[in-house]
Amino acid sequence: MNRLRWALADGATLTRRDLDHWARQPAQLVIGLLFPVMIVLMFGYLLGGGMTVPGGSGAAGYREFLIPGTLALTMVFGLEGTFQAIKTDVSRGVTDRFRSMPMASSAVVVGRSVADLLNAVVSLAVLVLAGLAIGWRWHSGLAAALAAFGLLLLLRFAMLWIGIYLGLVVRGEGALVAVQILVWPLGFLSNTFAAPSTMPGWLGTIAEWNPLSSTVGAARELFGNPGWGGDSWVAQHAILMAIVWPVALIAIFFPLSVARYRNLDR
Amino acid sequence: MEAVTAHALRRRFGPVEALAGVDLAIPAGSVHGLLGPNGAGKTTLVRILTTLLRATDGTATVAGFDVRRDPDRVRAHIGLVGQHAAVDEILSGRQNLEMFGRLHHLGRARARSRAAELLSEFGLSDTGSRAVSTYSGGMRRRLDLAASLITAPPVLFLDEPTTGLDPRSRGEVWDAVRALVAGGTTVLLTTQYLEEVDRLADQVTVIDHGRVIATGTPSALKGQLGGDRIDVVVSSLASLGAAAALLARITGNTPDTDEDNRRVGVAVSDRMAALTATVRALADEGIAVEDVTLRRPTLDEVFLHLTAPDHEKVTA
Repeated sequence: MNRLRWALADGATLTRRDLDHWARQPAQLVIGLLFPVMIVLMFGYLLGGGMTVPGGSGAAGYREFLIPGTLALTMVFGLEGTFQAIKTDVSRGVTDRFRSMPMASSAVVVGRSVADLLNAVVSLAVLVLAGLAIGWRWHSGLAAALAAFGLLLLLRFAMLWIGIYLGLVVRGEGALVAVQILVWPLGFLSNTFAAPSTMPGWLGTIAEWNPLSSTVGAARELFGNPGWGGDSWVAQHAILMAIVWPVALIAIFFPLSVARYRNLDR
Repeated sequence: MEAVTAHALRRRFGPVEALAGVDLAIPAGSVHGLLGPNGAGKTTLVRILTTLLRATDGTATVAGFDVRRDPDRVRAHIGLVGQHAAVDEILSGRQNLEMFGRLHHLGRARARSRAAELLSEFGLSDTGSRAVSTYSGGMRRRLDLAASLITAPPVLFLDEPTTGLDPRSRGEVWDAVRALVAGGTTVLLTTQYLEEVDRLADQVTVIDHGRVIATGTPSALKGQLGGDRIDVVVSSLASLGAAAALLARITGNTPDTDEDNRRVGVAVSDRMAALTATVRALADEGIAVEDVTLRRPTLDEVFLHLTAPDHEKVTA
């Protein structure tokens, strides 16, 4: 019992550390929060005029289609922040200091998880406000909308464990750039900005099976926004897959991360 | 009582044997220098003793606790200063110390007062509220030291604490270490700098390729080179070979020649007799010299001697 209490206290101390980072670097926080808003404006108004979506009408329909996709994309891009925070601590020796102290070994990941999920909630809130401002609405009631937000955070939680694992494993200075470059095609090769039915067959299949697409499809369905569904099995079962994919990713990367953290041999 | 012990400690990384059976015994309250070139196994040894890495074989204790069976108790009794300043760059010095204090399970008020004490002890009170990213290398190192001393641990590990620091910052770190030792802390210090162990350490262990190749006090290690040395600087490079042959004949030892400085040096056992014989022989053979000196060897020479392949070794 005492052990559990210390584990929670240590986790809270490291969550607090991240909140202190926000307070000391507010500009960085604000830029991070506004980046997805910029994507919405860019795709909604620069490119959206030329886009059509199944079940939507015109540019306003595209913006309804766009918001759930951008919400989910923001959750995926959160991986970069997790990765960078973990990697910085490892390369500076801060992780070794934590490991040589009599603190709970879970605290590092508990602190990281709570701080990153808080950041994700704030990001979602900012993006939802931006969406409401440009005419996006949810049409199926508050309960369904809350379920959609829950699925989005579940995706972020899965990305968290991938980010932690990569941060512990990847070495070298160019690593962040490499991760950023890899995250972009993963984000775009999905149903976020265009319907997979408009892509060449094989590419559309890959896009439909992208874990991101399942969360986006489920969010569109729960918000009652256009563009969800499709003929394939995976598109028909978006809500199921929006749970299965993140849980599977967590089941893979959680134990890998724990093993790696316990035994950070170089 | 021994603060740190190691018996036949081994560690393999795949085909590489980083530690090939290391024994160590550090009495409480002393400073022990661990000296060796890059890749000698110094950091591996420190990582095993601080519970960051498991030994492949052998046993080790720190503050009386087995590092493998009782890692939590070991962690409660040690401080570690690694090769990088392991502090949060975004936070201030004070926020760092308060965070580490909380993680050591000091209460909020106690963590705050301990942070203030350490900041003033390490001369960081004025800059305690600034982000660490604005600190100089020496200030970061002092903060790093302070962070490892929050609970005043009885055993402190310093892994190359002055690598990459300018001479002034190095002096600051040395002063801080001396102050700790005066307070009774046991220190294990790894370094590539002989000057550092010469100034700080009571005992030195020299390791190379994962093995202990010498151990003793800094002055005893210097004695292993055969006591004193004679250096001769010749006027003309052409006579360097003749001077070396002469020194070899007189002392029976193999001299080291340094062409850049036109210098030849050799270990001597009977210092005054060797000096007299050398000066006389140089005059007899008509070798013009700029300087002849009789001196104690530097630790650098001891180190080169100990880590050299056997056929190059000077016989003591």
